[in-house]
Amino acid sequence: MFEQLFQFLVTGITVGSLYALVGLGFALIYNASDVVNFAQGEFVMLGAMIAIALLDAGMPLLLAASAATLLTIVAGLLLERFAIEPAKGASVVTTIIITIGAGIFLRGVALLLWGKDFHSLPPFSGDTPIQLGGATVLPQSLWVLGITVLLVALVRAFFNRTLLGKALLACSFNRVAAQAVGINVRVMLRLAYGLSAGLGALAGILIAPITFSSYEAGIMLGLKGFSAAIIGGIGNPMGAVAGGLLLGVLESLGAGLISSGYKDAIAFLFVLMVLFFKPTGLFGHQLVERV
Amino acid sequence: MKNWWQTALAATLLLAGVNLASAAEPIRIGSFLTVTGPASFLGDPELKTLQMYVEDINAKGGVKGRKLELIHYDTGGNAKDAVNFAKRLIKNDKVDLIVGGTTTGDSMAVIPDVEKEGIPFISLAGGVEIVEPVKKWVFKTPHTDRMAVAKIYEDLRKRGLTKVALITGDGGFDKSGHEQLLKLAPQYGMTLVADEFYGNKDSDMTAQLTKIRATEAQAIINFGFGQAPAIVTRNIKQLGITLPLYQSHGVASKSFIDLAGNAAEGVRLPAAALVIAEQLPDTDPQKPVLLAYKNKYEAKYGPVSTFGGHAYDGLMIAVGALQRAGSADKAKVRDEIEKTKGFIGTAGVFNMSPEDHMGLTLDAFKMVEVRKGAWKIID
Amino acid sequence: MRLAGFYLFAALVALLPVLFPDNYFVIVIGASAGLHVILAVGLNLLMGYAGQISLGHAAFFGMGAYASAILTTRFGWPSLLALAAGLVATGAIAWLLARPILRLRGHYLAMATLGFGIIVHVIMVQATRWTGGPDGLAGIPPLNLFGWSVEGDLQWYGVIMAAMLLALWLALNLVDSQAGRALRAVHGSEFAAQMMGVDTGRAKTQVFVVSALFAAFAGSLFAHQQAFVSPDSFNLTISVELVTMVVLGGMASTFGAACGAIALTLLQQGLVVFEDYEMLIHGALLMAVMIFLPQGLFVGLSQGARRLWAVFRFTRVR
Repeated sequence: MFEQLFQFLVTGITVGSLYALVGLGFALIYNASDVVNFAQGEFVMLGAMIAIALLDAGMPLLLAASAATLLTIVAGLLLERFAIEPAKGASVVTTIIITIGAGIFLRGVALLLWGKDFHSLPPFSGDTPIQLGGATVLPQSLWVLGITVLLVALVRAFFNRTLLGKALLACSFNRVAAQAVGINVRVMLRLAYGLSAGLGALAGILIAPITFSSYEAGIMLGLKGFSAAIIGGIGNPMGAVAGGLLLGVLESLGAGLISSGYKDAIAFLFVLMVLFFKPTGLFGHQLVERV
Repeated sequence: MKNWWQTALAATLLLAGVNLASAAEPIRIGSFLTVTGPASFLGDPELKTLQMYVEDINAKGGVKGRKLELIHYDTGGNAKDAVNFAKRLIKNDKVDLIVGGTTTGDSMAVIPDVEKEGIPFISLAGGVEIVEPVKKWVFKTPHTDRMAVAKIYEDLRKRGLTKVALITGDGGFDKSGHEQLLKLAPQYGMTLVADEFYGNKDSDMTAQLTKIRATEAQAIINFGFGQAPAIVTRNIKQLGITLPLYQSHGVASKSFIDLAGNAAEGVRLPAAALVIAEQLPDTDPQKPVLLAYKNKYEAKYGPVSTFGGHAYDGLMIAVGALQRAGSADKAKVRDEIEKTKGFIGTAGVFNMSPEDHMGLTLDAFKMVEVRKGAWKIID
Repeated sequence: MRLAGFYLFAALVALLPVLFPDNYFVIVIGASAGLHVILAVGLNLLMGYAGQISLGHAAFFGMGAYASAILTTRFGWPSLLALAAGLVATGAIAWLLARPILRLRGHYLAMATLGFGIIVHVIMVQATRWTGGPDGLAGIPPLNLFGWSVEGDLQWYGVIMAAMLLALWLALNLVDSQAGRALRAVHGSEFAAQMMGVDTGRAKTQVFVVSALFAAFAGSLFAHQQAFVSPDSFNLTISVELVTMVVLGGMASTFGAACGAIALTLLQQGLVVFEDYEMLIHGALLMAVMIFLPQGLFVGLSQGARRLWAVFRFTRVR
């Protein structure tokens, strides 16, 4: 029984770290612009699909992964420049619809370029399962966990230690004040999109050996990542990570202990409970409304 | 000068008019398929097959001197769109018959309209409820999910295994297979010791499989299609579970083996003979038909799929009926479809009747196993 | 002015099948658009006027549909009674949900409604014995309005159009009523509204329930029109589509929501001809409209029309 529980936890944390990475991307863009970028899932998908395409064309894995990440960052920057910036006066809801449109557009492009098949990346270091206590874990899952921890630490250092990171945070606290201190808010926004795209791409490349990728792969991951960011308190990058892990573990425990058919419903029921008791997420800022 | 031009113009118009009048009306075949969306795995090869063979038939002169025109729509997996497109095909595009309905949900949704309007409909979906009870205008070409389950249970019984764990997805195909698994279990002496589920878009099923591992299961049956069964197969290997795994015909394609990798070794499933065409004895009447379809499809598009094969069967049965009826009159064509006898298709030999609008028997399904990364027929 | 627009719209709707008899696009797609209008107008009351975002609206649509479906097929209830039961059940659930959910703000509210929508969808898919599972319930008997059985596409066009006009009329009146003014006050600034003595909690709950009722009503009609229901019609994608319709048309405008609903319905039908390019063009168009007409189609188009009229008058004077 304890062995089973341990396996559920291990699985939950593995899956949860995927959600955490995607959620981090959501949190970053929200911080810079108050907008939830509904195309975030598509960045994850693009990273994976481009890497797979480059790999199939003969590039070695590391090079393909790096190139794919760079190309996805470019896509993120282009998205900001041509879809978000022209609409800079628009309301938050309008901008969200623009990102929804962008997501559909990117999916359409992926459909044209790579068709409807499922594709997979080879695992980074083989696929012999590792025994951990009574549970088994794929080596790829350890890669996911490890790199997530690394990225989270890097992002944290970026926000706390570098001037650029602090400038980005400043934009989220108060855009006008940030501008008053000389921060170029437009550049910050573009940086945020680029960073989120990069994070998303890395997540996609990490995940593709475990789950598979297809033009539609972004939808589910985007949804889970968004949920992760909200549970953790949108705007708090570390909260997004915590939210992702929590969501993964809830799903796994729900499937294992209660009912595998209803596991998504159980996970979201917990999400609702969290929100009812903590209306701004687990670690979110208290919303201050100007009267 | 002016007069000359006017005469020339008039003559040209007259000639054009005469030409138009004497050109034969094409026979319109309507289709609605899930080319994108969760079942695109099924709908995409179906569309490609239909397009390829309509072109082929037209190049050879068409049916009774008339060309075939294929009008198709993509439902994206949404049954509501299936109904709208069926109406569009019937009312707006004025098709003579419909070959389509990739999923059971899509097919069932359009049946009321099809029956009301009186137009022959050959469905490409697996659910047994499409033709049971028999509906006047509705036919289907794929094996039913009930046949798939019967084949699996038969094989289990042969191997002396009676305690079975189920793990099923949340799609229509998955659930209707699940229903048949529950229904037929007592008949074959099967005891179901576990009944787990997953979402078709999930990335990890180790939690469910961990539960299954703790039961007395002697075999696992995973009824699903798409990427999820490949993940289930990999997870089973990952957890070190050595029980025999049975999949459904939903993954009877090379891409399942590619995705599941070496975890697929030893997996068994019921499949149309298409996937093991080369292994059939030369005396098998299906062999030439299968090889012809396989080579033609693979030359143009890549690995063949049994679902594309169902579209081939549907189209050819329709064309056969059109030939015998001598016209595109809906009632006549319907009668001729019902009279299809001894038609050798990719799924088997079809013998339709007023009581049987599907026409295949259980031996049309072959039990196959994955050995060394390829399908091997077992008998 | 508003009412003139309403009568004009009603006349147009009545004339279309006369001008284009037996036309698939007018009758079938028109009916589809009509249902979307009812949904969008209801959602707009919540989003546009009360400023609350809902990413789970398809759940209420589905509740009405499944209530009608289950009660008429499994229990043999008369269709109008099933419709009423659906309205009552949905309204009750919305009312129970409203208090805790409406304490949330912004994206948290969106997440809570999204979560609710997913929970309802999962139940639709998994509770096979009641809901028929992923393939849904087929063979729903026709809608019976006091002896008249609604059958055939033309009759359904009539019924849905009548329902749509009713919904529009209700929405327009609600917005102008005291309840509506209280709502708009809440949207402007909830704190200020509270200071003015508006019971904001009650106002928000009321509009949440009303918008849910609009959706459930549309759901019941949908179930009888299609004669089948399946969970595919009530998932997150549909909820997002509904939100898109409201924003596309222009929030805080009943006609805007109607406009957005019709535009998106037509767009989906029109794009099918592009096959593989459909998704790409859909996304690109959505982005373009929102970038260049951020206030929505309705406002954007009417502003454009006004400008054209001004130019026309100006050039005529010469």
